[in-house]
Amino acid sequence: MPGYADPGFDTLALHAGAVPDATGARAVPIHLTTSFVFESSEHAQSLFNLERAGHVYSRISNPTNAVLEQRVAALEGGIGAIAVASGQAALHLSIATLMGAGSHIVASTALYGGSQNLLHYTMRRFGIDTTFVKPGDIDGWRAAIRPHTKLLFGETVGNPGLDVLDIPTISGIAHDAGVPLLVDSTLTSPWLMKPLALGADLVYHSATKFLSGHGTVIGGIVVDGGSFDWAKAYALTGKFSELAAPYDGFHNMNFSEESTVGAFLLRARREGLRDFGACMSPHTAWLILQGIETLSLRMTRHMSNTEKVVQFLASQPFVSRVGHPMLESHPSHALAQKLLPKGAGSVFSFDLKGTREQGKKFVETLKVFSHLANVGDCRSLVIHPASTTHFRMSDEALASAGITQGTIRLSIGLEDPDDLIDDLKRALRAAEKAGA
Amino acid sequence: MMELTVNGATSYCYTGGKPFDAAKPTVVFIHGVVNDHSVWILQSRYLANHGWNVLAVDLPGHCRSLGEAPSSVEEAALFIGALLDAAGVQKAALVGHSWGSLIALEAASRLKERITHLVLVGTAFPMKVSPVLIETSLNEPEKALTMINVFSRSTLAAPPSALGPGTWIYGLGMALGRRVLASNTKVNVFHRGFKACDSYTNGEAAIAQITCPVLFVLGAQDQMTLPKAAQTLIAKARASGKTVQVTHLPVGHHQMTEAPEETLSAIRDFLAN
Repeated sequence: MPGYADPGFDTLALHAGAVPDATGARAVPIHLTTSFVFESSEHAQSLFNLERAGHVYSRISNPTNAVLEQRVAALEGGIGAIAVASGQAALHLSIATLMGAGSHIVASTALYGGSQNLLHYTMRRFGIDTTFVKPGDIDGWRAAIRPHTKLLFGETVGNPGLDVLDIPTISGIAHDAGVPLLVDSTLTSPWLMKPLALGADLVYHSATKFLSGHGTVIGGIVVDGGSFDWAKAYALTGKFSELAAPYDGFHNMNFSEESTVGAFLLRARREGLRDFGACMSPHTAWLILQGIETLSLRMTRHMSNTEKVVQFLASQPFVSRVGHPMLESHPSHALAQKLLPKGAGSVFSFDLKGTREQGKKFVETLKVFSHLANVGDCRSLVIHPASTTHFRMSDEALASAGITQGTIRLSIGLEDPDDLIDDLKRALRAAEKAGA
Repeated sequence: MMELTVNGATSYCYTGGKPFDAAKPTVVFIHGVVNDHSVWILQSRYLANHGWNVLAVDLPGHCRSLGEAPSSVEEAALFIGALLDAAGVQKAALVGHSWGSLIALEAASRLKERITHLVLVGTAFPMKVSPVLIETSLNEPEKALTMINVFSRSTLAAPPSALGPGTWIYGLGMALGRRVLASNTKVNVFHRGFKACDSYTNGEAAIAQITCPVLFVLGAQDQMTLPKAAQTLIAKARASGKTVQVTHLPVGHHQMTEAPEETLSAIRDFLAN
């Protein structure tokens, strides 16, 4: 597709990474195969030694997954991507590629509960410590950095309070300290924000959410912006030997010499997928690709529906707080206007003026909204975070993440907005009566 | 890797993961404007593991090489000769891409019998650069990077290449260009490289003076160096009795990432003869 201008978002969402193959099939084929035939022993050896490019075994790479990887990298403005089994696998792969025991991470307090668990409990068991900082505490981010800090990490909009991460500022702090910034962009998708263009170095998604968009598959993907100079950081600080020094686990390869800008992806695929093995099924990749083809259309509707629902809830006397940055009352309102001009996402929380029992009544009365633990579906969803996604967190940790016992989280879908509002109206009335 | 002192400055050469072995023949890879050695990784690793010494150089003032960035093709060609001397290499094959192809051509014309093979990938003569692009490379390098990145690509679906499957080569080109630019805080190597391409006038004389066979690897959809713009060199080489091979690939200007297998095959087979 030669041209004279950079392809636009929708063109990339439909075409990046894929052209019709020898069969003429217009849609992306699903390559459900574990392995790929070598032309000869010499060809096999060359593939294993990275002298020639191609697919060997679907844990490491697969043609269908490669289309997804190119497509998401294109939408994010990155140099490439790696599709993995889940968003959690994407976070783990990112961390495991950059550091080992004795390392330290500075992370936002406003994280998905699973990410918080991974950092607070599981990675600590493997010798990787994390200091948590409120996303808006700029001085706190700077002060938390230690000599062995290898990564700063946050969500574009923190789950579920929607604290907007000041990526330009936080990335500046990270780069001054010689470390990269990793951002979870699941809730915003590349249609609402491109974190790499704002200064982040690595971005990942739970592709389970808006990228696939239909609540059908679990998947994750990590994108490398190619912006962080691992070799320079290694020369200055001795950090990131994983990427800038010979690795005897892979032919003594120095990944930064092999690729001036792509060392992270090389090691993440050649070590991370090889050894940890959290690969994505090609069928899953295909379903996520199907979702991405309509990403901008869906996100437009997600945002217009969200605007109507937020305005409705904000006008209800039984609602004490609506936590969406489109409202001036939200602490991230000004930052959202600057970094997220198309909207700050369709997942948000609000608080009822009532008891925990009234909250349960509200959730159980809803008919159009589905009560479940997911977000980013084309259908509208509802959940009570304190008893589900964040139930392992202490009250103190919950408060730190901006969650109360009565907080309700919504994920606004693509239904007719009047039906969503009717559903909410009925549930609010029932909850209010339950307290009478 | 090898670090050689050339003209008093450290010059970095990627060796394809193999130590330099004086008993083997040597091939030198020369990159183009706002590129570095990493554009040749697949070809370098393959040849290094199949009987060749590889010196995939970062030109002076680019990324890992120190020294003054060359301001002309002739100056860069002198550097290549000095590099071979520093490495103790008596004879070598030269492979160049875009600006690097002009450097390889000029070096081959000066080094004569020391050069065993000449491979010109994505070449043209004259290699005129539009005044707008030259000016933009100086004053708005990010915009100019976007322009050449788009002009250099012919597909939104490149096959697996240097970074393996899942590589988005548009993004890769932008990131590498930014990194090369940032590596030299004294000189805009983008503008200097384009000026060097644009001002080179010795191509026809140089191709007549080489003493080795020459391979042209051209992209049929190349918008940076149009295939027809290589015809003068091809005709001159043939007219002066050189052994000439021409390989047309159905891709754009960045043959190494858009057709990595075909580019490798063309180079490998040519060097084998």
